[in-house]
Amino acid sequence: MWDYIKLIVLGVIAIVAAIAANYARDLAYLVHAIIIFLTASGLFLWQIRRIGEPAPVHNPNEYMDGVVRAGVIATAFWGVIGFLAGVFIAAQLTWPQLNFEWAQGYLNFGRLRPLHTSAVIFAFGGNALIATAFYVVQRTSAARLWGGNLAWFVFWGYQLFIVMAATGYVLGSTQGNEYAEPEWLPDLWLTIVWVAFLLVFMGTIINRREPHIYVANWFYMAFIVTVAMLHIVNNVSIPVSVWGSKSVPVWSGVQSAMIQWWYGHNAVGFFLTAGFLGMMYYFIPKQAERPVYSYKLSIVHFWALIFLYIWAGPHHLHYTALPDWAQTLGMTFSIMLWMPSWGGMINGLMTLSGAWDKLRTDPVIRMMVVAVGFYGMATFEGPMMSIKTVNALSHYTDWTVGHVHSAALGWNGMITFGALYYLVPKLWQREGLYSLRLVSWHFWLATLGIVLYAASMWVTGIMEGLMWREVDAQGFLVNSFADTVAAKFPMYVVRTLGGLMFLTGAIIMCYNLWKTVTSTAERKPAPAAAVAAE
Amino acid sequence: MSIFRHHKKIETHATLLLVLSFLVVTIGGIVQIVPLFYLENTIEEVDGMRPYSPLEIAGREIYLREGCYNCHSQMIRPMRDEVERYGHYSLAAESMYDHPFQWGSKRTGPDLARLGGRYSDDWHVQHMINPQSVVPESIMPSYGFMMNRTLGTSDAEHVRDIMRVYRLLGHPYDDEMMENAISDFFAQADPMGDPGVVDRYPGAQQRNFDGQPEVTEMDAIIAYMQMLGTLVDFETFVPDTSR
Repeated sequence: MWDYIKLIVLGVIAIVAAIAANYARDLAYLVHAIIIFLTASGLFLWQIRRIGEPAPVHNPNEYMDGVVRAGVIATAFWGVIGFLAGVFIAAQLTWPQLNFEWAQGYLNFGRLRPLHTSAVIFAFGGNALIATAFYVVQRTSAARLWGGNLAWFVFWGYQLFIVMAATGYVLGSTQGNEYAEPEWLPDLWLTIVWVAFLLVFMGTIINRREPHIYVANWFYMAFIVTVAMLHIVNNVSIPVSVWGSKSVPVWSGVQSAMIQWWYGHNAVGFFLTAGFLGMMYYFIPKQAERPVYSYKLSIVHFWALIFLYIWAGPHHLHYTALPDWAQTLGMTFSIMLWMPSWGGMINGLMTLSGAWDKLRTDPVIRMMVVAVGFYGMATFEGPMMSIKTVNALSHYTDWTVGHVHSAALGWNGMITFGALYYLVPKLWQREGLYSLRLVSWHFWLATLGIVLYAASMWVTGIMEGLMWREVDAQGFLVNSFADTVAAKFPMYVVRTLGGLMFLTGAIIMCYNLWKTVTSTAERKPAPAAAVAAE
Repeated sequence: MSIFRHHKKIETHATLLLVLSFLVVTIGGIVQIVPLFYLENTIEEVDGMRPYSPLEIAGREIYLREGCYNCHSQMIRPMRDEVERYGHYSLAAESMYDHPFQWGSKRTGPDLARLGGRYSDDWHVQHMINPQSVVPESIMPSYGFMMNRTLGTSDAEHVRDIMRVYRLLGHPYDDEMMENAISDFFAQADPMGDPGVVDRYPGAQQRNFDGQPEVTEMDAIIAYMQMLGTLVDFETFVPDTSR
């Protein structure tokens, strides 16, 4: 019966998508309709061939790891794509000839920059979060993922969202809100996928055999539910036509600015912080083989972090037309946010108490520790930059770009790499990693790459901020805008180089993980049974 | 401490943890966002603001499509150097018809909030075709392809459909504007066209922006750029110190 319902649903979707392709008003919508049509009709055929076959029986005491393995592969894949896009657009800013004329605008910086940000935040980061959430929630709940194939729906549904978003950007379909560029159709689809993600996660926790919910899961849970709220509120829009990709966001002007940065900063606060803290709280104790440093600290900093983060958005709008009271609130809460952020950093670092010697021998733990270190630095720099007088200089400059990258490459990137190095031998039943030497190479390339990146952006950011405001004795501006652009060139070369090193490290990681799966000894089969208290 | 003992109730109950986390994360947004919709001094009262003309809407759509906001802000802060360089600081009223706002967050290129009237149409055409030919230091990509993209009736109809949604959201487009939307779209790029477009959209500039007989994307983007920041009458503007 269930099989037939699926067939009907897939058939209807395929037909509607074909009709939509026929009436499509613009290229992005046409491509999306074709992608949906091919996906739905392909699934329809696959489903119809399996009709009547006995459904595979799963042991409810076994973890569901197939979807986590797929997530690990997707994370590594999108990571390389996202870093590659980043290196390319960094080179475009250095050598504008790389905005190829023959590409007729499709590969210009303005279209590729959203592709880069979405690829690293949502494709790389998002897949890392989904994969590790699925892994961690099973282990810490001693329960198989709830909902059967719903977890697979989440995984593939999310990939479909990524493909629709990416093709949309290149074809010029965008809402024009940073980090919330996808139009109404991918947005609606993401909402469905995200609700399914929440259901799988909550269902598994409710089925848990441990009385307590492990701290990592608090963070994952807060991340999933908050991102749902942010995504829905920021993307309320009215499609101009059901046959076109264009929609008009309901919010305008100053309200639109406030809602966008409430969304934008909490994409940082919940997607890139709370969710990744969930990763930290599982993988660092596991890799260090030490318990979490302080239970009480985790309670205090969890509630403080999620309460304070949501207020920080207006620090992106200092001295703008946003009313002053909102700017002041944003600055105050951003500064307070320093404390719970460092609470998390301390809890992560101090987990190594008694295991610090592992830093010398284990490059994976070194990666995780450096990640937490970068987290600490970025969460100091952030509150500092949210002070209005500092922001007066730093806003609109490359300093912001440097800040974002020391956090994204240093914290999100490094903790994800650490988690991947931990997961791959476990998930593919291997004795260990193929080469620790290559992990070391990756570690140093990535770390030095980040240092080059952040340092060059500090220099250009502060330099251009000072050059813009420089006036002579008569009160005239000293520099034209073009002067500041020219002055940044050498540092843009350094930044591109830093990005290239980071990308090279990630490619080395992919090779290392590939060899781990294909050519290391298999671990003695320990049944991946759901045993309590792992 | 007893407070930590009580936490046991939360961390052993999945739904309670979910509901409490959700409540905690809603507070900040409610306090910061909701008042912006009812506090009367959020958007200043100014003379001169009007909704976009059809051709300007088409230009703004191109601005969004090409991701111009990734490098250009449209928000002048009230600092000495910015007012000196770009003009009067930006008002909230000036973006009241922007869905979504285009204030931007990065100035890889200069601010565009008061770009209108600063350069000639010819300069813009040349700059869009080859930015480095007029600003040698520029790292802006070329947008010459806009010269070859002709806009036809279906593009004008698309703009009219966007105007319908704007009207639904409260923009003051009257029936006359809606009826003339398609003809206004073409008339604004034609110096011999119906002058009614300027009556309906005071301050709109009516001329052949790119010098070609057809209406192209270049006409639309220049029409948009030439009106940026020109609408508000600052002679009559009185700043509100309570804001």
